[in-house]
Amino acid sequence: MTGMLALYIFMLAAFTGYEVIARVPVILHTPLMSGSNFVHGIVLVGAMVALGHAHGPLELTIGFIGVVLGAGNAVGGYVVTERMLEMFKSSGQNKNKGAH
Amino acid sequence: MNMTSDNTARLLIDASYLLVAFLFIMGLKQMSSPVTAKRGILWAGAGMVIATAVSFAYPGMSNYILILAAIGVGSAIAWVTGKRVAMTDMPQMIALYNGMGGGAAAAIGAVELFSGEVHDTVALTLAVVGSVIGCVSFSGSLIAFGKLQGLIKKSYRFGGQQFFNILLVLGIIACGALVAMGGASTAITSTLFGLALLLGLTMTLPIGGADMPVVISLYNALTGLAVAFEGFVLQNAAMIIAGTVVGSAGTLLTQLMAKAMNRSLGNVLFSGFGDTGGATSTQAVTGSMKAIEANDVGVMMAFAQKVIVVPGYGMAVAQAQHKVWELTQLLQDRSVTVKFAIHPVAGRMPGHMNVLLAEAGVPYDIIADIDEINAEFETADVALIIGANDVVNPVARTDKSSPIYGMPILNADKAKNVIVIKRGQGAGFSGIENALFYLDNTRMLYGDGQAAVAQLIHSVKALG
Repeated sequence: MTGMLALYIFMLAAFTGYEVIARVPVILHTPLMSGSNFVHGIVLVGAMVALGHAHGPLELTIGFIGVVLGAGNAVGGYVVTERMLEMFKSSGQNKNKGAH
Repeated sequence: MNMTSDNTARLLIDASYLLVAFLFIMGLKQMSSPVTAKRGILWAGAGMVIATAVSFAYPGMSNYILILAAIGVGSAIAWVTGKRVAMTDMPQMIALYNGMGGGAAAAIGAVELFSGEVHDTVALTLAVVGSVIGCVSFSGSLIAFGKLQGLIKKSYRFGGQQFFNILLVLGIIACGALVAMGGASTAITSTLFGLALLLGLTMTLPIGGADMPVVISLYNALTGLAVAFEGFVLQNAAMIIAGTVVGSAGTLLTQLMAKAMNRSLGNVLFSGFGDTGGATSTQAVTGSMKAIEANDVGVMMAFAQKVIVVPGYGMAVAQAQHKVWELTQLLQDRSVTVKFAIHPVAGRMPGHMNVLLAEAGVPYDIIADIDEINAEFETADVALIIGANDVVNPVARTDKSSPIYGMPILNADKAKNVIVIKRGQGAGFSGIENALFYLDNTRMLYGDGQAAVAQLIHSVKALG
């Protein structure tokens, strides 16, 4: 992948992010922020590659910490987002459950 | 490994990353509607699993056991904490996980820079920028976590703090430039990371709790950017796409938050208003606060036609959301129309109130945001304010000298009766006197949020 091509990807992804989030109702701000928090957990992949190519105790230690943190970001982000979205229900759904 | 199998692995990885990017973007898109949101996180989750699995096939990798162990440790910690955390503590957990992502991005940068294997100036520069942003996001998010968790109680400020921050930034630029030119010593590289971590601390420590929605959202965007920059260094398309999408989406969300407070991002970061203010307000508030008994409020609400509930951070602190929903159902049974009015920055993270009300079981179609509900206050018999303060302060409309002047507020003062549930007579977290409390149509119901609503439930039930 050439540097120029990477810049094209960068630009298009930036517009995509903007368009995807624009016009989102306030009710979903938290799950959306939490969801995007989960998505940047992709950093795990980079940390794996960095640790996979690391040599010497310093690089190995930092790499290990990186993978721990990255995995934490991905898993934690997923768990809390999923929990929050689980709770959002409309009036109809509430009644169907016969809750009240 | 020979060349052919390397190429096959590359092709497999690149093809998978294309699918991963698609799943992430579609997942986020679906998360922008309450109906499809659950499917959205599942799609994004599937993308993450695929990305992680194929990354083991990267050519020239070793240390597999370490990698698996690290994934195990990180996942286990995050899984347990994520499952256990109470809904009211969600803002700090999101801040924490976000900080972990920033730290991971910084760690990637550190491994690349310390290894001395990156020589291209562009790649070195991107590694430096990504590392610095990652460090700031890491230490800043940890401070945000500490503040929201109540571990850090005060907002630390010292004379010349802005000056000190500027010095830090200059130091980071100097060290960063040296590292980016290549061949920098380990000491300089270490200093770069140290300064960047310090900047995250000094930037976040002075910011008050009320500004946390903006801060959390900002660090989320920053982590996204850091991930994208490290993705450039590693030539990893999935990281570039996912990181950039989050970076731009997070920036937009941050702007929305700042706009809802009628302040610029710079003002939030550098004015330290979040828990001071007050002293600057010159317009004296006249009149007195008038107390009311829970029984009288119960009767007033039971015989109302329309009640609008305005929740704020105080509801979260008192864990009153379940009682509020119980009260709502009682009123609905008496054919009272009940709606919830949510200010964009109520609480400690974007959409905080919506999450709490959803947890209690309040259906999202009776929850309205500021633009939908503001015209309806005039037709409401009762506006019930639970733990909200600045977001209903009419001073924002009238007093040009007030720090919150110009901030869009919920027009609770336009309701026929305003009931404010409040712990005591003091000013709110911003220290600004709330003119709403002194209005003729306002009555104060003193007490803990949960206990007060429980009394209301009792008195409505007593009416039969």
